[in-house]
Amino acid sequence: MEKTSEYIYRLQCIAFDFFRKKGFPSSREEDWKYTDLKKILSKEYGFFLTEKQEDRSEDIKKNLFKNFDSYRIIFVNGVFHSSLSKIMDKNVFRLYDAFSSSRHQSIIEKFYAKIAPKKESFVALNTSFAKDGVYVYLPKKTLVKKPIEILYFFTSKINFPRNLIVLEEDSFVQIIERHQCLNKKNEALNNALNNSVTEIYASTNSKIKYLKIQDCPVKSSLMDNTFIVQKKNSSFSIHTFSIQGSLIRNNLHLSQNDEGVNSQLKGLSISLKEGIIDHHTFVDHRYPTCNSYELYKSIFSGKAKGVFNGKIVVSKKAKKINAFQKSVNILLSKESCINAKPQLEIFADDVKCSHGCTVGQLSESALFYLRSRGIPEKKAKDLMLLSFIKEILDDDMEFIGKIVRKNLNILE
Amino acid sequence: MLKIIDLHVSLENKEILKGVNLEIQANQVHALMGPNGSGKSTLSSVIAGKKEYKVTKGAIFFEKKNILDMSPESRAHLGIFLSFQDPVDIPGISVINFIITAVNSLRKAKKMEEITSVEILKKVRKYSKILGIDEKILYRSLNEGFSGGEKKRNEILQMSILNPKFIILDETDSGLDIDSLRVVSNLINAMRSIKNAILIITHYQRILEYVTPDYVHILDNGKIIKSGGKEIAFNLDKMGYECIRKEHKV
Repeated sequence: MEKTSEYIYRLQCIAFDFFRKKGFPSSREEDWKYTDLKKILSKEYGFFLTEKQEDRSEDIKKNLFKNFDSYRIIFVNGVFHSSLSKIMDKNVFRLYDAFSSSRHQSIIEKFYAKIAPKKESFVALNTSFAKDGVYVYLPKKTLVKKPIEILYFFTSKINFPRNLIVLEEDSFVQIIERHQCLNKKNEALNNALNNSVTEIYASTNSKIKYLKIQDCPVKSSLMDNTFIVQKKNSSFSIHTFSIQGSLIRNNLHLSQNDEGVNSQLKGLSISLKEGIIDHHTFVDHRYPTCNSYELYKSIFSGKAKGVFNGKIVVSKKAKKINAFQKSVNILLSKESCINAKPQLEIFADDVKCSHGCTVGQLSESALFYLRSRGIPEKKAKDLMLLSFIKEILDDDMEFIGKIVRKNLNILE
Repeated sequence: MLKIIDLHVSLENKEILKGVNLEIQANQVHALMGPNGSGKSTLSSVIAGKKEYKVTKGAIFFEKKNILDMSPESRAHLGIFLSFQDPVDIPGISVINFIITAVNSLRKAKKMEEITSVEILKKVRKYSKILGIDEKILYRSLNEGFSGGEKKRNEILQMSILNPKFIILDETDSGLDIDSLRVVSNLINAMRSIKNAILIITHYQRILEYVTPDYVHILDNGKIIKSGGKEIAFNLDKMGYECIRKEHKV
């Protein structure tokens, strides 16, 4: 039997071979129609440069959530940062370690690069070059009490973060995955491209709460590819907070592979200057008696652009399912725009599916009402933006609320 | 306190107010009546500062200051309050949060220290009780899913808390049952003082039986065609607007 490292090497070769033939997607492809990659691919990212390893501890500390009790695993430009990481939980590992020992071999071989589709350019590229990342494996009936923070800090370069999360039956975990630029002040320096892949497997009765925070300066880009497979009666919820970025593209594929599955997908995009935030979601209803709830909101200003493409497929045997999808967008400037496209393909009877999309400005009459009571214009607008984002920010997400408010220029 | 001189107002190039003159002194209650579409709500919106309306001619002075170039919030800071005919619903902002923000915005504008939420809440609870507003409503989104009566009582609640100098009540009586109307009227009467003035916009004399006006004006087709004492309102029910138009050869 070959070693794990040899197995991974073989996967890398196959993936790179595929990528070499296929190349990057072009805007002629339906899924990339509104998101032109030319701009981000024409930049110099210093792929082969080995950066001088500076000590970034002070910068990292500034970016950590205050008074937040968690297990955390930190990478800076793809390199594991040991001194500020806190991996006390026996179920959380560096992917690098999992690749180099035989202990996790059977799980790695069963799931790694198996949940994500092989024939997608960015996935193949990640599989070719990913060296490290996070591997979470929860045996049956494991409840991880504290949230696990997966922190990918970056300053420049091209990075390939990779995560594999496997939950066996009756397990629970909360994960916060963050892609955060370290030096926002020197934005000109940050020519970074992050191409991230996350694979999640939720066994019977397991429960996952997943938060993604994607905070990129205007020169950096993030391709986030997340693939989830859910088994019987499992429950999965994800909140994606996307802020700024030259391009932030989320490919989120969720497959309901058994009955009684619950899935919740929420997203909030904020971009007030330029760049594109693109959400491509795909919910595959393959079994009966399942639910999916999808709510994506965005606030755009300046020349920022948004894309929302929400696909829901209900296969023939997926009866008695409930699928809801809504995209709500506020455009604060004339030059900002959003391309929203719901795609529902329903092949089953006896299902309940709904979708909706709205695009608008802040309501003038509501603003007048608030101002007529003496509330200054800026404050009135802030109140309305806060009320808009409330549906996405749950009560226990105050630590994210701070980042969101800061990026909306809302004073505390 | 408020002086309107030859006010002409247009909305989308259509002239709605065609030369309105009105003077309201402190300690006075004026009633403005008129048929649908005569421009009553336009007048109240223009006084409060709604920018969709274009003032083509004339002026509005409040305590000798020309307020036409002022923002709605600056007018509120001076003490102008409009009780909306149909206040908009704003999902996600609770009634109490809204009132707290408004109270402290006004105090800040007057360079007064902010007061705590607890203190404001105490006051809000007191007036809610008088108005028969269920406390649960205070924590619900502003006007969202409120009945007509709940919306109106919520406006009066804000009036009582914010304690303005000049109050415009735009059809506050419609949508209120007789008991609520009595309670609301009591609170309006409580606002009458040598420092305050009130403009009541209404279709019916009903509210005027509780809040007795000093003057009544009839607005028709963008102009005030008749002004006088409270008897005008009481005769209006019998005579109708057509009769007044004939009488004044409009």
